Amino acid sequence: MKHDIGLTVNGVATSATVDSRTLLVHLLREQLGLTGTHVGCDSSNCGACTVLLDGEAVKSCTVLAAAADGASLVTVEGLGSEGDLSPVQEGFRQCHGLQCGYCTPGMLIAATSLLLDNPDPAEEEIRSGLEGNLCRCTGYQMIVESVRWAAEHGGAGAVAAAERDGARA
Amino acid sequence: MTSLIGASVRRKEDPPLLTGRGRYVDDIRLPAMVTMAFVRGQVAHARITAIDTEAARQLPGVLGVWTAADLPGLPFTRSVPGMERPCLATDTVRFVGEPVAVVVATDRYLAADAAELVSVDYEPLPVMATIGDALAPGATPIVPGQASNVVMEMPLSEDDAQVQIDAAPRRSSLRIVNQRLAPVPIEPIGCVADWTADGLTLWATLQAPHPVRNELCVMFGLSQQQVRVVAPDVGGAFGAKASFYPEYILTSELSRRLGRPVKFVETRSESMVSMTHGRGQVQDIVAGYDEDGKLLALQVKIIQDCGAWPDPTGSGLPILTSFMSGGCYKIPKIGASFRGVTTNTTPISAYRGAGRPEAAYLIERMMDVIADDLGMDPAQVRQRNFIQPEEMPYSTQFPVVTYDESDYPRLQRMLLDKLDYPALREEQQRRRGTPGARPLGVGTSVFVEMGGFGPSAFFEQFGYVGGWESAKVRMNPDGSLTLSVGTSPHGQGHETAFAQVAVDALGGIVPMEKITVVHGDTAAVQEGIGTMGSRAMAVAGPAVQQASSQLLAKLTQVAAHMLEASPDDIEASDGKLSVKGDPSASVSLADVALTAYKPHKLPAGMELGLEYTHYYEPANMTYPSGAHGCVVEVDTETGKVHILRYVAVDDCGVVVNPLMARGQVQGGVIQGIAQALFEEVRYNEDGQPLTSTLVDYAVPSAPDMPSMETSHLEVRTSGNPLGVKGLGEAGATAAPQAVVNAVVDALSHLGIRTLDMPLTPMKVWRAIQSSEEQSA
Repeated sequence: MKHDIGLTVNGVATSATVDSRTLLVHLLREQLGLTGTHVGCDSSNCGACTVLLDGEAVKSCTVLAAAADGASLVTVEGLGSEGDLSPVQEGFRQCHGLQCGYCTPGMLIAATSLLLDNPDPAEEEIRSGLEGNLCRCTGYQMIVESVRWAAEHGGAGAVAAAERDGARA
Repeated sequence: MTSLIGASVRRKEDPPLLTGRGRYVDDIRLPAMVTMAFVRGQVAHARITAIDTEAARQLPGVLGVWTAADLPGLPFTRSVPGMERPCLATDTVRFVGEPVAVVVATDRYLAADAAELVSVDYEPLPVMATIGDALAPGATPIVPGQASNVVMEMPLSEDDAQVQIDAAPRRSSLRIVNQRLAPVPIEPIGCVADWTADGLTLWATLQAPHPVRNELCVMFGLSQQQVRVVAPDVGGAFGAKASFYPEYILTSELSRRLGRPVKFVETRSESMVSMTHGRGQVQDIVAGYDEDGKLLALQVKIIQDCGAWPDPTGSGLPILTSFMSGGCYKIPKIGASFRGVTTNTTPISAYRGAGRPEAAYLIERMMDVIADDLGMDPAQVRQRNFIQPEEMPYSTQFPVVTYDESDYPRLQRMLLDKLDYPALREEQQRRRGTPGARPLGVGTSVFVEMGGFGPSAFFEQFGYVGGWESAKVRMNPDGSLTLSVGTSPHGQGHETAFAQVAVDALGGIVPMEKITVVHGDTAAVQEGIGTMGSRAMAVAGPAVQQASSQLLAKLTQVAAHMLEASPDDIEASDGKLSVKGDPSASVSLADVALTAYKPHKLPAGMELGLEYTHYYEPANMTYPSGAHGCVVEVDTETGKVHILRYVAVDDCGVVVNPLMARGQVQGGVIQGIAQALFEEVRYNEDGQPLTSTLVDYAVPSAPDMPSMETSHLEVRTSGNPLGVKGLGEAGATAAPQAVVNAVVDALSHLGIRTLDMPLTPMKVWRAIQSSEEQSA
């Protein structure tokens, strides 16, 4: 069965026709061309597909696209641009919080969501806050340092903060 | 100028990766592209009696379904000669996950639907899921044409050192299971093949595009200019993307047949049974030594689990293990041999360290066992046996293995100082005297491994054209630089590190931001070999350095001509070339670069252009080393191991970028800790995988892991002009035995002498229970 849905993606109003079974991550990647959101598993463990849905981090491999009708989404492409990185993106750059980059989009979104919930997290809080996102390259320590850097340099960032405020308004 | 060698430069590769603008294989979309899906064997060993593809063929959107019978003449995948593995099972499946048929459809959902509709009938064969089953008398040989499941048997020394061991005053033996692991890069395997009248292009998750191009050419009878292989952004690899997978051949062949690009990306559940596994050794180790703990002889007998089809790299792993089994120690005699055994499991190949972690583990566990036997401190036993810095380079008994320069005793001293080792021993005793206190353990690992894989005469045995690496610098007429390298990164930061080397060799005349590094594309890059065996910086680094030096010499000559000075009097600095001692006599780099492309402005006879290629052939491998230590406490009620500290001192030679070096060490250490505590690929007796999703296979997440304290002792290697040794595999090589030694140390007062990885709470708890029952 097909569904016509409307949603806001990175601030842009978007419409799409999706199958009942189409996953949100495949809508983003294959229909909307937003390939920054990655797929790393099929059991909702790795978190590479994490996006903000109405201001909350969700695993887009575990959300049906049809269920996102009316939602507002932020993907990694919406956090910031190469010339205007969000504090979290900049933190990962400064503290070498990424190596291969594959888990990074999901990790950035999860870290952004974490900072929205807790603007000044301690190391243990960062580690538990990122439990749903796997990284096989870094060993996590430099990711923790990246999130601390962001906490000290502007937090989650304007885009994410506005998204959370908008969803709660 | 200030050298950039040793500077924590932020990575060039990060901005696109941080903004969702990376390009991984699954991000590639070509016009008319279709998707391939596999039908995989669901049983571990069975004869295929029938395959019914009809229902799948009828499904709308399906372009075709193919079994082995439908693809006569399809090339075999990369194999050990005499054990050729078909891309699709012909009449027998040999492990769960082996491809039986392929489906191509217009999208991935339809392809998956169609694959589900293919039904396969099986007639069961005996399943040999373990080495024990495979070696049992009368066991059915898994690989056709083999007399048994022992597919390889090789002594690596003149004899087994039994005479020397028998003559030694004391002996200890150890049986070690170095368990099977899954590499689990977060990006699974994928590829896109596009076969047109001009030839074949394959984008794939690869560590070594040029060798894959060469192999595809042989397989399909194409010449090398007709085939382009590209590794775009690659999401981690850890050795597993150096193997050759059937999907590369199948997508190519089906693209040829269909006249459309064909994409395949495996799911994680597929990846857990299809991507090669690592480790998988059973080792019988005997050491002979004197009453002072001085080693006299070592016997190493390895059984390598090869899985159902011996991988050409995987079957060679125990050779590397044997070569490195002596560790950092002077051992008068090592007797080493191995057997490669097939089982009804996923094939085994390289995983971070590939054979050397297995060696470091066995010798470093043995050092602790010897200390325990003699009632000595493990640190002291190591000190009795270290190769001394003045004895280096040190030739081992294995002709290809000559350790380069390092200082093992100093690495150990640095580690013990950082740990405050005597205080830990005191605390350990205090806790043992305190009822209810959690036992504390300290484990150390002083290790050496192989890096800088080459030279050609050695490395060609692994199927590569050579053991060299290449770099090409091209200065554009505006003074910017394009640097092409033959290695192919997957997270290591080559673009940044090689640009740092180039900046250094060019005397700082070009800034980092004016350098673009090109890699991973056989159509864009000169010949190359690839990224494995910690070889990129040690082998490609000198190539970058040499090519850049040649370019600087040419720039100097052109500038000298422009300034009417002698080239000897020209010095390079930020963006310009000047006459020494006369800063007013200078020309900008942009002017020099442009002039180099204007023949009428050059001295007569000077060659036009600014392009230099260097192929660097190493004389020897490098030998990264270090000393790592782990402090644990064990909850005896639950068996859970808590890591209190992890300290790493590494000697990777010269550190090019400390920030990235730290990332390499930490990432490797975490994989090593995960091997020690969490990870194991398991099968049941029917050969059914029990760890085929990330729910079941315990890849650690952030709360599972400790923070680490890392530092370096930089001992230059004389093996290459950069003095670098490599670092990618050191952490994974060092960590497992540091952790296990610590846990065994914590529990030694209970009579526990050894434990096999992974040290899960259940395993540790059971060991504690059975030791208490024995003492009760």
